Amino acid sequence: MSASSWAWLVLLFPLLGSIAIGLGFRAMPARVAGAIGTLAIALSFACGLGALFALLGEDAEARHHASSLWDYASAAGLDIELGIFVDPLSVFMVLVVTGVSTLIHLYSFGYMESDVGYRRFFSYLNFFVFSMLLLVLAGNFVLLIVGWAFVGYASYALISFWYRRTTATGAGMKAFVINVVGDIGLVLAAFLLFRELGTFDYEAVFTKAPEVFAVNEWTITAICLLLLVGAFAKSAQLPLHTWLPDAMEGPTPVSALIHAATMVTAGVYLIARTHVLFDLAPTAADVAAFTGLATLLVAGTIALVMTDLKRAIAYSTMSQIGYMVVGVSIGAYSAGLFHLMTHAFFKALLFMAAGSIIAAMANRQNIDEMSGFGKAMRFTSAMLLIGGLALAAFPGTSGFFSKDEILAYAEARGGMYMIFTVLGYAGALLTAIYTFRLVFRILPGVPCNPAAELIETGNVVHAEPENPATGEPEDTGVGFPGPEHHIAERSWPMMVAMGVLGFLALVGGVIQIPGVDHVLATFLEPVFQDSPLAAVHPTAGAEWAGLGIGGAISILGIAIAYFLYVSQPATPAILIQRLRPLYTLFANKWYFDELIDTLVVRPVLAIGRFANRTFERLVVDGLVTGTAETVRGAGGMVRIVQSGFVRSYALLLITGFTGLALYFLLSSS
Amino acid sequence: VSIEWYVVLSSLLFATGAVGILIRRSPVVILLCLELMLNAGNLALVAFSRMVGNEEGQIFAIVVMVVAACEVVIGLGLIVALFRRRLPLDVDELRSLRG
Repeated sequence: MSASSWAWLVLLFPLLGSIAIGLGFRAMPARVAGAIGTLAIALSFACGLGALFALLGEDAEARHHASSLWDYASAAGLDIELGIFVDPLSVFMVLVVTGVSTLIHLYSFGYMESDVGYRRFFSYLNFFVFSMLLLVLAGNFVLLIVGWAFVGYASYALISFWYRRTTATGAGMKAFVINVVGDIGLVLAAFLLFRELGTFDYEAVFTKAPEVFAVNEWTITAICLLLLVGAFAKSAQLPLHTWLPDAMEGPTPVSALIHAATMVTAGVYLIARTHVLFDLAPTAADVAAFTGLATLLVAGTIALVMTDLKRAIAYSTMSQIGYMVVGVSIGAYSAGLFHLMTHAFFKALLFMAAGSIIAAMANRQNIDEMSGFGKAMRFTSAMLLIGGLALAAFPGTSGFFSKDEILAYAEARGGMYMIFTVLGYAGALLTAIYTFRLVFRILPGVPCNPAAELIETGNVVHAEPENPATGEPEDTGVGFPGPEHHIAERSWPMMVAMGVLGFLALVGGVIQIPGVDHVLATFLEPVFQDSPLAAVHPTAGAEWAGLGIGGAISILGIAIAYFLYVSQPATPAILIQRLRPLYTLFANKWYFDELIDTLVVRPVLAIGRFANRTFERLVVDGLVTGTAETVRGAGGMVRIVQSGFVRSYALLLITGFTGLALYFLLSSS
Repeated sequence: VSIEWYVVLSSLLFATGAVGILIRRSPVVILLCLELMLNAGNLALVAFSRMVGNEEGQIFAIVVMVVAACEVVIGLGLIVALFRRRLPLDVDELRSLRG
């Protein structure tokens, strides 16, 4: 079978799964729904592998196929096909998405077991995977936008999954609104492209663009900046990032799948996919790179002080996506995508471990209340440690190779791009500190009550269900988290999923070791070879030097975290006292929510109120009620004649007719 | 007999019908008066047809008769329906179409 046939099958299975569970949820037992959902994604992954081997069987130059099922929209000068584009980049994304999704579905199979909305959850989750695959496989900008909007909806539906929690529904709406801002950017970019090039099709756009646009011409820069609006909103880059931490209101598997491993990397994919355009607009690419850099530093500092476990990991996600954006914007395409892959492994793993711990804490997420889980939950702790090591880029783990590859490339480009290397390493230090802050707060120490209970009696604590954000008491019926909590130690599906991801997070880096092998770079090379930046290669020596620095920084960061949180646990409080202004800034998330509130939300609300008072009341209401009053008045006059007396009608008729006859008789004579 | 007599007779019949419609309240009588007006028109048509000397007016009179027949069918049908529903046979009482 050809690669494109495999790719169509990749799309088919999640869609079938979603529809089957969504329509048949009353008929099927919960377990069956979970099994169908997981199996659909696993089959999709298998078909992704089929596509991979089909591509590998071809010449490197011939590894791109456009395939279409039928015309999606056809009008004057416009011909959009329901088509997909299969090349190494899309197949790579398909494999990452379906691979991680399969494991997260498996994890959810155990984790969500007691939730009343179990079938709904799997239907949404399958729909999400379908949308994400549509996004990465789309063969033109229109289908890309369709997939882009679908994942936005899926994200909204899953953040608000516990729909009777007001905090969750609010977070869902926030995510949706900010994502729509990004959608608008993407749509406008597509319109501009169509105006200039007359086509939406990827292959045609990428062939024509270098002929039509001069480098740094304002149209192409505008197009790229608009694309970036879309990418930043989806990938939670400054200043459109505020939805991501709030999105942690969703169930933990959702945080792992959508808000860590797959959907939020869509922006990175978009930049990589449209790299031909960004090569023509280096200014826009630099804007992207500096935004990524700012995001990775800002998010890193916030993650240092967050006390909510999931939010801390969410800020870490933002920070890591910052690295990826820097990578694909400065030309380190394969390095950025390599980091995307390893990040999907270790961040999904971290979220799964966090989910297991939060379950053991009876849904409480504050790390100040956690300690001593190292003894209580050995498997989860081991996985948290592996995820933490990979995130902190500890030598030998997957994150170690991927992060440093981006920074080594920045160094190889030299000049201004050295900033990225230097500040990137600063960010890496922050990463190591905040990651091991979490690890050292949770794992060692005197067991907290739930951990002690686990050690002594082996029971998972059961607290009164309450909203971790507001402390409000909650039901456990539909629209709320279920009554039981499931930890990895007691649930084989969770254990298997975490075990596989743990293995991948540890050794996933071996596919790309400087000077030894470069599997991913070779595979992706046909996609990026025409880029002028493809010629820049850091030497193996420089890369190893970078790895040395990176490893040292990672160990240094872990040592600092050990000093602060284990050996001298009083120091953080003193530091907070000394650096009060900085701490306040970080703890308030750099006041971005307030900034957006003041700059956007309030002015828009004020304009809205003003318009409501003046324009709406006077002009719109005036027009509407004015029209109604005129018609009513005119009708009132005519009503007098409509008396219902047949004889008066007859009289009118005869009088009128006689009058007319007389008029014509007299005027003719 | 000169044409004026026909026209005068026709006008008188027409006026009788019109006045009858205006002053009577029974639907049956109103229907009769309508017939009277139509046939006054027919009389004038036939008379003018004789005067001009072609048969177009007579053809037109036959068409008017057909229309009159149709009108009687519908009118009588309405009256029968009124009677069956025990509604008053008085056009002044039947005024539910008042605006």
